[in-house]
Amino acid sequence: MPIIVDRDKCTGCETCVSVCPFDAIKIKDDGKAFINEYCQMCMACLSACPEGAIIEIKEEGAPVSYQTSDYKGVWVFAEQREGSIAAVSLELLGAGRKLADELKAELSAVLFGASEKDANELIKWGADKVYHSDSPVFEKFNDEPYSRLLVTLIKEHKPAIVLAGATPIGRSFIPRVAASLRTGLTADCTSLGIDTDTGNLLQVRPAFGGNIMATILCPNHRPQIATVRPRVMKKSEYRSEKKGEIIPVKGENLICRTKVTDTVKETFESRVNLQEADIIIAGGRGLGDAKGFNLLFELAEILEGSVAASRAAVDEGWIRYSHQVGQTGKTVCPKIYIACGISGAVQHLVGMQSSDIIIAINKNPEAPIFNVATYGIVGDLFEVVPLLIKKLKEIKS
Amino acid sequence: MNIVVCIKQVPDSAEVRINPETNTLIRDGVPTIINPYDMHAIEAGLQIKEMTKGRVTVITMGPPQAELALREAMSMGADDAVLLSDRAFAGADTWATAFTISRAIAKIGADIIICGKQAIDGDTAQVGPEMAEFLDIPHIAYIRKIEDVKPDSIKVQRMMDEGYDIVESSLPVLLTVVKELNQPRLPSLKGKMAAKKAEIKKFTAKELEIDEKDTGLKGSPTQVKNIFAPEARSERKILAGNIEEQINQLAEELKQLKCL
Ligand SMILES: Cc1cc2nc3c(=O)[nH]c(=O)nc-3n(C[C@H](O)[C@H](O)[C@H](O)COP(=O)(O)OP(=O)(O)OC[C@H]3O[C@@H](n4cnc5c(N)ncnc54)[C@H](O)[C@@H]3O)c2cc1C
Ligand SMILES: Nc1ncnc2c1ncn2[C@@H]1O[C@H](COP(=O)(O)O)[C@@H](O)[C@H]1O
Repeated sequence: MPIIVDRDKCTGCETCVSVCPFDAIKIKDDGKAFINEYCQMCMACLSACPEGAIIEIKEEGAPVSYQTSDYKGVWVFAEQREGSIAAVSLELLGAGRKLADELKAELSAVLFGASEKDANELIKWGADKVYHSDSPVFEKFNDEPYSRLLVTLIKEHKPAIVLAGATPIGRSFIPRVAASLRTGLTADCTSLGIDTDTGNLLQVRPAFGGNIMATILCPNHRPQIATVRPRVMKKSEYRSEKKGEIIPVKGENLICRTKVTDTVKETFESRVNLQEADIIIAGGRGLGDAKGFNLLFELAEILEGSVAASRAAVDEGWIRYSHQVGQTGKTVCPKIYIACGISGAVQHLVGMQSSDIIIAINKNPEAPIFNVATYGIVGDLFEVVPLLIKKLKEIKS
Repeated sequence: MNIVVCIKQVPDSAEVRINPETNTLIRDGVPTIINPYDMHAIEAGLQIKEMTKGRVTVITMGPPQAELALREAMSMGADDAVLLSDRAFAGADTWATAFTISRAIAKIGADIIICGKQAIDGDTAQVGPEMAEFLDIPHIAYIRKIEDVKPDSIKVQRMMDEGYDIVESSLPVLLTVVKELNQPRLPSLKGKMAAKKAEIKKFTAKELEIDEKDTGLKGSPTQVKNIFAPEARSERKILAGNIEEQINQLAEELKQLKCL
């Protein structure tokens, strides 16, 4: 283990026990601290120990055969679905632009599929260069050709940082890219920065279901790759006059052992794409039955939002699993999250607590959902929601 | 058909409490469970086994006590179990975890490898696809339905943001599964008895012929720099008055926020 307790110095004062976020330090019978296997190497105990008795044994990181300084520039993988650029790609260009400016480096986008016109749009949204392949292989999403071509491009051009959306597509194929390049990948980041001393990418992500935030580094390997949650980064300004270079890339002879034979849209449940929704109206067991959701769909219609659910409502069979928010469902961060008849169990909260504004409607004033709510209404949702719908309709007309 | 299911032992998050003063997880006395998504992976493996007269091997990398998770999977009906345990594996990030497990899978051989969508402690969803790359086989993530399994191909539904795709793949393949796929079965009494006595294969780094620089903390490209408590929610606005007045205020706020 790289963190050890110097038993001569340890006085058993328990300071480390209380700072350890993982409950990984215990005072043993001999009165000395002991670090158990829950240790996540977060280093919180090192600075806390008044005796300096907890020390890190520096071990060589994974060996590398290259200079990390040979890698330059920031890349954004621009995701397209059926020829249209995903919103998260523009957000990533905003984040990437900031990082690139800080590093005084170039920002490039990589676009597989879509048209040259779309590639040009990426320039206006901040990219200096766009590597674009219009090969028909990329029309549908298959992991292998996506990862193979991205690996080839990265090997050739050596970017220092690669960002992709933490979407079903990004989270599925980017791990292959990282595995193949023998480099690190940080999933689902919510904030990014540059360490001014080393120039390394600081990748912040929630761990343990959002109860703790962790800053992750990839100091000795390149590129540093991260997937970034939709909706947490800000787009930069669209500049219609901005010029850049489009570099066409061939996408031939790429191995592909999977085949998408059909794409089915579940439009009947209007706008299930929760991860990109601005407004989400979520329902829980408090709705009582499947019909209860009709009320929420009505509210969603007015606010142009999407409908989500707690696991309890999904388990009851009132609504499909694709609507579930939480630890075993989707993680969302809309501008507004309206929770109706949801108690706010920690497994639900981890999926929505980073929403900008949370509105909770629950008849139990003790419900934990009120602890995270920006606005709380204690009341019967069957009274509150229809009144709200009525009021909103009035305002609208 | 050889089916390998990768399972991870995780703390039961339903029982994990947070100390509101120190913002730390209280792990004391928290039981460990099989990662909930991996339960669906086991069930999928067992169903394919029944369809194809195959064999299910469950595999985990973890401390010696992870053996319990393997025995639980065996009581549900898995035939074989493999435990990858070595001090050298400790502190592994997803690269090192995937590399280590894929070495073991290459050794035992597999036609279909099934993982959960993600583990609920780390939430990365990376180990599955990374293993597929190391094994040089295709993978399909977020599977919600297995439509057909043939001796050399498979057809599944893959969950996407706006619906789902129907995807076919040649075998061998790696799948990661979501909860909607199935309802995991309960262990049978007979299964429980058998699982108690079953032999578990154990592999160390040396037996897998893995260089220590490619596994555990040493083999991990990423490092945790520090951890901290998430920012508390900043503003909180209290609505006053009776329900109707509260709703009027709320509707006004929504209007201000340009939601209408
Ligand atoms: C491993 C694991 C993973 C999990 N993953 C998830 C997950 O991804 N997502 C998730 O949501 N949960 C998840 N859970 C379940 C979670 O622990 C809770 O059981 C679940 O979130 C509860 O859903 P609920 O709030 O809708 O139901 P309840 O807890 O039953 O709450 C219903 C609420 O509605 C209120 N209510 C009732 N009637 C009315 C009314 N007429 N008007 C207003 N309010 C009313 C009640 O006061 C109550 O607060 C998970 C659990 C485990 C163990
Ligand atoms: N230590 C491990 N042992 C066995 N399988 C694992 C391990 N870690 C992850 N997995 C598998 O990979 C999936 C995704 O895990 P993760 O990438 O950690 O979110 C899990 O659902 C498991 O199927």
